[in-house]
Amino acid sequence: MKEPQFIMHDANDSCAVCVVENVKANAKVDCWVQEDDSSLEFQMSTDIKIGHKVAAKDIAIGDDIIKYGVVIGKCIQSIKVGEHLHVHNTKTKRW
Amino acid sequence: MSNTTFLGYRRENGRVGIRNHVVILPLDDISNAAALGVANNIAGTLAIPHSYGRLQFGADLDLHFRTLIGTGKNPNVAAVIVIGIEGSWTKKVVDGIAQTGKKVAGFSISRNGDLSTIAAASKKAQEFVKHATEMNKVECDISELWVATKCGESDTTSGIGANPTVGNFLDKVIPLGATACFGETTEITGGEDIVMARAANDKARDKFKAMFDDYACLIDKFKTSDLSDSQPTKGNIAGGLTTIEEKALGNIQKIGKKIKFIDALAEAEEPSSGPGLYFMNTSSAAAECNTLQAAAGFALHIFPTGQGNVIGHPIMPVIKVTANPTTSGTMGEHIDLDVSDILKRKMTLDEAGDKLLEEVLRTCNGKNTCAETLRHQEFSLTKLYKSA
Repeated sequence: MKEPQFIMHDANDSCAVCVVENVKANAKVDCWVQEDDSSLEFQMSTDIKIGHKVAAKDIAIGDDIIKYGVVIGKCIQSIKVGEHLHVHNTKTKRW
Repeated sequence: MSNTTFLGYRRENGRVGIRNHVVILPLDDISNAAALGVANNIAGTLAIPHSYGRLQFGADLDLHFRTLIGTGKNPNVAAVIVIGIEGSWTKKVVDGIAQTGKKVAGFSISRNGDLSTIAAASKKAQEFVKHATEMNKVECDISELWVATKCGESDTTSGIGANPTVGNFLDKVIPLGATACFGETTEITGGEDIVMARAANDKARDKFKAMFDDYACLIDKFKTSDLSDSQPTKGNIAGGLTTIEEKALGNIQKIGKKIKFIDALAEAEEPSSGPGLYFMNTSSAAAECNTLQAAAGFALHIFPTGQGNVIGHPIMPVIKVTANPTTSGTMGEHIDLDVSDILKRKMTLDEAGDKLLEEVLRTCNGKNTCAETLRHQEFSLTKLYKSA
């Protein structure tokens, strides 16, 4: 079984988690989707640290961010597939 | 899952402990020095100093007593010396602990001074250690184990690996009759509907909802921002977690996929609805949550971590689980179980849950946890409001 560089919980998620160290910009990476055991491939546009997320699709300002198949926040700065998705472009919808 | 038995201490009230502490318990902050003096005199005793116990009132005072009495009643404790400044409150804690049938004695400092109190309490502590060290372990079943869980320094690997490992373990041991507890009320924010759907009955669901809403009001009352400076924590954010909702959804992986919670407990409240999974209304700060869970009678703690929280507890062994290979590589002395192979697809959650069960049984049998060997003994009382 191939070792993935990214893991996505749910097939509908808008982001995937980096699970290896030292992923560099322009790398083509494998992503394992836990829910249906499928695989995706995408191109990185940035270096990324283990545990951090990238967008698995293009996301516009105001869009919900989905992880575990559930809303985990809203987009406050547009994010393209393969870009780092974190506190600079995503905000809580609570509190 | 072949073996589900371990050697534990069966206490006078029938509860099963996995450690055999003789505790020197101060009633209040100003009795810490005397408690530490006794522990220094008598080998095999453990003082549990803390910061409160004076001029508390109402529900906050009730919680103080409930936490101290519960800590003394915990089945990991063989016998207890209580030391307080005044006799009547000291006696209240002694009487509460005595309900278990275990040996307990109280000493008050007022009109005696620290030195005479330490001398008298040391003599009694020596007697208690001799009594405790003659206790034999007996075979116990996993159905007699009370195990609590809470996660900390979480990151995205917590939600993928370490927390679902705990969930898989609980999905296996709850049907065998074990008793378990999860808490962290505000850290369910974003996943509260999922938790509510996991209530076994209307009463449990309604109690959880009331506790959750009440805590949310407290946050609203005192917050000065969206809490993005403290919840998620800086450590969570460094580890890749972005919002409270994401953190919460990772958090609730700990309660597995099948089991339901049968009741929602107040802080440090002892479960009274029989074996099964319980929710407890707690802070999400590790030492506060663990202290409340131990005071409710939980003998073992499973603590999944992402970035590497180093927490322990004076009387309740804390097993650390991580799925983050960087954490197990850089902080290995704090990690009891590394399940990072989940991230590489080399280990299934089912295999990880079995490994955790094995580690739990070994720890119950006496294997020291990383936190025990490193003398992590965090004991933090929850305070509901200011003292008078």
